[in-house]
Amino acid sequence: MVANHPQKKRIITDQEAENISRVEELAYEIKVSEVMTNNLFCFSPDGKMEEVLEVFRQKRISGAPIISKNGELIGIISMEDLIRCLVDTDLQSKIEKYMTKKLTSILPTDPVIEASKKFVSTNFGRLLVVDKNQKLVGMITKGDINRGLLRALETDYQEEEIRIYRASHLFEDIESDRTSLILRYQIHQGDFDKGGQASSNIKRALLRLGASKQIARRCGIAIYEAEMNLIIHTTEGGVLRVEIEPHQISIDAYDYGPGIKDVDQAMKAGYSTATDAVREMGFGAGMGLVNISRCVDHMKLESVWGKGSRLKMRLFLDVENIKKEIAED
Amino acid sequence: MTDLANIINALQLNVLTKQKDFSQIQVENGYTSDLLSCVMAGAPHNSVWVTLQAHQNIIAVAALLDLTAIIITEGATPDQNTIDKANEEGVNLLQTQYNSFFTIGKLWELGIRSGK
Repeated sequence: MVANHPQKKRIITDQEAENISRVEELAYEIKVSEVMTNNLFCFSPDGKMEEVLEVFRQKRISGAPIISKNGELIGIISMEDLIRCLVDTDLQSKIEKYMTKKLTSILPTDPVIEASKKFVSTNFGRLLVVDKNQKLVGMITKGDINRGLLRALETDYQEEEIRIYRASHLFEDIESDRTSLILRYQIHQGDFDKGGQASSNIKRALLRLGASKQIARRCGIAIYEAEMNLIIHTTEGGVLRVEIEPHQISIDAYDYGPGIKDVDQAMKAGYSTATDAVREMGFGAGMGLVNISRCVDHMKLESVWGKGSRLKMRLFLDVENIKKEIAED
Repeated sequence: MTDLANIINALQLNVLTKQKDFSQIQVENGYTSDLLSCVMAGAPHNSVWVTLQAHQNIIAVAALLDLTAIIITEGATPDQNTIDKANEEGVNLLQTQYNSFFTIGKLWELGIRSGK
């Protein structure tokens, strides 16, 4: 008769998948010296097996190195060896008789992945950690590796939690009469390859800080248009400066030339001074400033021909605005 | 309304970015223009954008607007940088040999509307 077992499905969530790869990463990052036991109890080969039984029981250990009189590492005694001795009821004999003489060692500077590989290839339960000068510095078991990895993962997790907490509580945690966060981006003329990078980064920063999706989107669009204007229309690029406060976001885009001849005309939908090459890429629709004015609560464009321009934009984050947004969505 | 897998299948689109389960991605609206500022102003979010433009800046536009996918028409091919950036930003890049008019006609038949 064939038992009809329900098919067991193993579902790995994104979070778990992330952790798996992180464990693998950590296995390469963490060194043997960070997880090994360095507080070793050593036996002499002339000691009795009785002694081993007593120490293993009291110290709750399952293996120990054997050091000769002249300080040389000559073997290792493990629980398995002790069991063999117990089966023979031979506790009075010397440790020498039961110890394992075949030694597998690893360097303290090796990553733990090397230790894992040795565990798989040798089938040993523990490895001796021996430094470059052949000095015994510790011992490592599979359990040590697991504990080390778990500890590292926990630290990682806590750090991420703290990062998110800090970002979203930034304004509550810092007491001052007026707290603000300023982000600055240098935009280079003609750098189309990086076009949109600053605005994407700012949008992401706002979301991390806990801004609503709508606010982040409006800011993203306004800053994108300002960013592209700096890339397309300036002589030597300019600066994007974003100041984030609990009640508003202020964006300044300024450049050092050439300036706008007729600001009123520049504000008109469809008016553009872009070259044919730029238009071919899909820019120069004459909609940039119009788009900005739709996305922000307040904008002001100042320009002196021959000197440069400054575009100031503001978004208010007060309760009325948020209500309006929800209603619109 | 339909899902992206259905659109890719019906229009025999070439997927340029990473394969994923497109049947889980719902598409309600569409938009078309080759002028980026018009897209910025007009494309509803979660829509597909049909365009002839294939340069890197279309990715920033799609990412900022949370667009579902970009369909690049008339066989225009973005460079590897653009495709890499799209993968990075999670933007789906699709390609067709047909022109924008034909593509939009097909999308309309599938029930995609202009949204606004």
